[in-house]
Amino acid sequence: MNFSRFFAVFKARNIEFFRDRSSLGWNLIFPVLMLVGLSFVFSGDGRAIYKVGVIDLAQSKSSFLETKYMSFIDYQEVALATVKLEQHSIDLLVDFNAKKYWVNQGAPNSYLVEKIFLSDNSNYQRIETQGKKIRYVDWVLPGILGMNMMFSCLFGVGYVIVRYRKNAVLKRLKATPLSAFEFVSAQLFSRLFIVIFLSSVVYIGCNLFFDFYMLGSYFDLLIVAILGAFSLITLGLLVASRSKSEELIGGLLNLSSWPMMLLSGVWFSLEGAPNAVKVFAEFLPLTHLVAGARKIITEGATLADISYHVSILMLMSTVFLALGAYFFSWNTDR
Amino acid sequence: MQEVIRVENLTKSYKDVIAVDNINFAIKKGHCFGLLGPNGAGKTTTIEIMEGIIKASKGQVYYYDKPIDESMSQQIGIQFQHTALQDFLTVKETLKLFTSFYQHTVPHDELIELCDLSEFLNRDNRLLSGGQRQRLLLALALINDPDIVFLDEPTTGLDPQARRNFWQLIKNIKARDKTVILTTHYMDEAQQLCDDVLIMDHGQVIARGTPRQLLKEHFNEVFIYLPAEQIPNALCTKFNWQVHEQQVEIITTDVEATIALLLAENVSLTGLHVKSPNLDDLFLKLTGHSLRD
Repeated sequence: MNFSRFFAVFKARNIEFFRDRSSLGWNLIFPVLMLVGLSFVFSGDGRAIYKVGVIDLAQSKSSFLETKYMSFIDYQEVALATVKLEQHSIDLLVDFNAKKYWVNQGAPNSYLVEKIFLSDNSNYQRIETQGKKIRYVDWVLPGILGMNMMFSCLFGVGYVIVRYRKNAVLKRLKATPLSAFEFVSAQLFSRLFIVIFLSSVVYIGCNLFFDFYMLGSYFDLLIVAILGAFSLITLGLLVASRSKSEELIGGLLNLSSWPMMLLSGVWFSLEGAPNAVKVFAEFLPLTHLVAGARKIITEGATLADISYHVSILMLMSTVFLALGAYFFSWNTDR
Repeated sequence: MQEVIRVENLTKSYKDVIAVDNINFAIKKGHCFGLLGPNGAGKTTTIEIMEGIIKASKGQVYYYDKPIDESMSQQIGIQFQHTALQDFLTVKETLKLFTSFYQHTVPHDELIELCDLSEFLNRDNRLLSGGQRQRLLLALALINDPDIVFLDEPTTGLDPQARRNFWQLIKNIKARDKTVILTTHYMDEAQQLCDDVLIMDHGQVIARGTPRQLLKEHFNEVFIYLPAEQIPNALCTKFNWQVHEQQVEIITTDVEATIALLLAENVSLTGLHVKSPNLDDLFLKLTGHSLRD
C-alpha cells in the first residue's frame, strides 16, 4: 500500500463529490426535508387515552385500575419503566405493592393523571422524575439519517465504480502502478468521510431547530454511524464488484436498499412484526445501524449495551469486504 | 538497433472467436511502429496484451528480453482508444493525480508545453473538446517519462486540423528517442508517422515492413483516371479498363506509353489525374475488402 497514491485517489474522489452540486444538494436537503415533513405531520400528540405503567400488573389490585379512558401497561423493571415515564411514553408509574408512584414533573399529562390517581389513593410515596418528551421526530431521526447514509453508501460506491468501469476510467487507472487495493480503499474511505461529514452537518444543523432528544454519548453515536456506514459501503462494493452495466447495478442496488428501507425499522418499530420479518431484518446492516443508534439516543445505551449490534456490523463489514475484494474486477463483465 | 519488445506466438481467443491468431514480431528502439488493420482486425487486443492489460491465451511478450510483468507499468505510457477522465477534475488536477502514481515523473511545465495544454489547464475534464481530450490523454501517457508509448487509435474522431496537430505531437515524442507503438486505421497517418508497419486482418499478420518497402514490393503500377464520357466504350472493353463512379481507371506500369496510346486514339486528356498506390490500395489488394468497411 502506497499512502501517497491512496491519498491522491481519496482526494480526487472527494473533490468530484463536493463539486457535483446536484448530488451534494440532494444528500443535504433530502434528510432535512424528511425530518421537517415528519415533525409537521406528527406534531399532534395523537393519543386519546392516558397511559399508566404498573409494576407487576397481574399482582396489583386497586379501584384505580378500573378507571375509564386509561390504559395500563405492565412493567417488571422499575428502571425501564422510569425511562418510559421520562420520555413521556407513559404518564404515570405506580407500584401498588410497594406503595410508590412516580410522576414526570415536566409533563402536563402526568400532572392530570396524578390528580386522578390521588382521588382514589392516598399515603403513597411520591417520587418525581423529569425528562424531555420523546417525539416521533426524535425516534425517527436515526432512521432517516441511517436511510440517507444507506443510499449514499450503496449508490455512491456501487454506481460510481460501475460507471468508472463502464467508461474505462478503471482501465486507465489499472494501466498505472495503482493497485486495486489502493483504489478500492481510497473509494471506501472517501465515501465514509463524505457520509459521516454530511450526516454530522445534517444532525448538527437540524439540532438547532429540533433540539433532538439525546440520552447517550455523541462519541458512541459516531462510532455506530461509522461502523454502519462502513458495512453499507462494503455492501455497495460487493454488489458492484464485477458488473459493467449501469442498468443491472441500478436494479441490484434497489434490490438491496428497498428491503432495508421498509424492514430495518426506519419508520416504525418492528416489535409487532411477524417473526419471519424480524429474522429477515436481522440480516440487513441498516437494521443494526438504526437499532444501535436509537438505543443510544432514546435509552442512553453505551457501546457495551449494544455490543450485539456493533459486533454484527463488524462481522458484516468483514464478510462484504472480503467477498468484494475477492470478486473485484477492473474491466470484465461476467 | 536494440529490440524493445518481442512478441512470440501470440494468440488470444474469446469463447468461439479467435481475436489474435499466432502472431510474431519485434519492435526496435526509437521506432514508430504502426499496427494497421480494419476495425475488428485484432489491433487493440494485440496492443493491450503488450501493455499487460489483458492476458494472452498462448504465447509471450518480452520487454527487453524479459517476460512482461507488473513492474513494467512504471516504464510504459498508454493512451487507450476509449477512456473517460474523472468528472469534475480540472486538467491540472488530473495531471497531479496521475503524477502521484509514479516514482519518476516529467515536470508538469514540460508536459504542458509538449502537449500544448496551457490554454485549457484549469478547465473541467467534462468540457474539453475532442482534440483537447486526446492531448491530455497523451500527456497522461507521457507523465512517467516512459521508454515506450502505446497509442491506440489516437486520432479517431478528430477533425483534420486536430489530427495534423496531433501528428506533430507524436513527431515531437519520436524526437525524444521514445519508442512509439501506434494502432490506426488511417493509412495516411501510418505513412506520415511510422518507420515500420504491420498490417493485420482477422487476427493474422498479412504484411510487414516500412511503408515505402511494402508499396514497392506489392505495386509497380500507377493509377490513371479520366472522366468516363471522354473514352469510347469500345476502348474500355478492348483494354479491359474498369469504370468506377464515372471515372475510367487505367492501371499501368508505363505512364508515358499509356498517354501516347490515349492521344493516338484522340482521347481528350482534360481532367486526367495520376495516383501512386498508397497503403489503402495495398490493403485492398491484400484483403480484397476496403479498410473502412
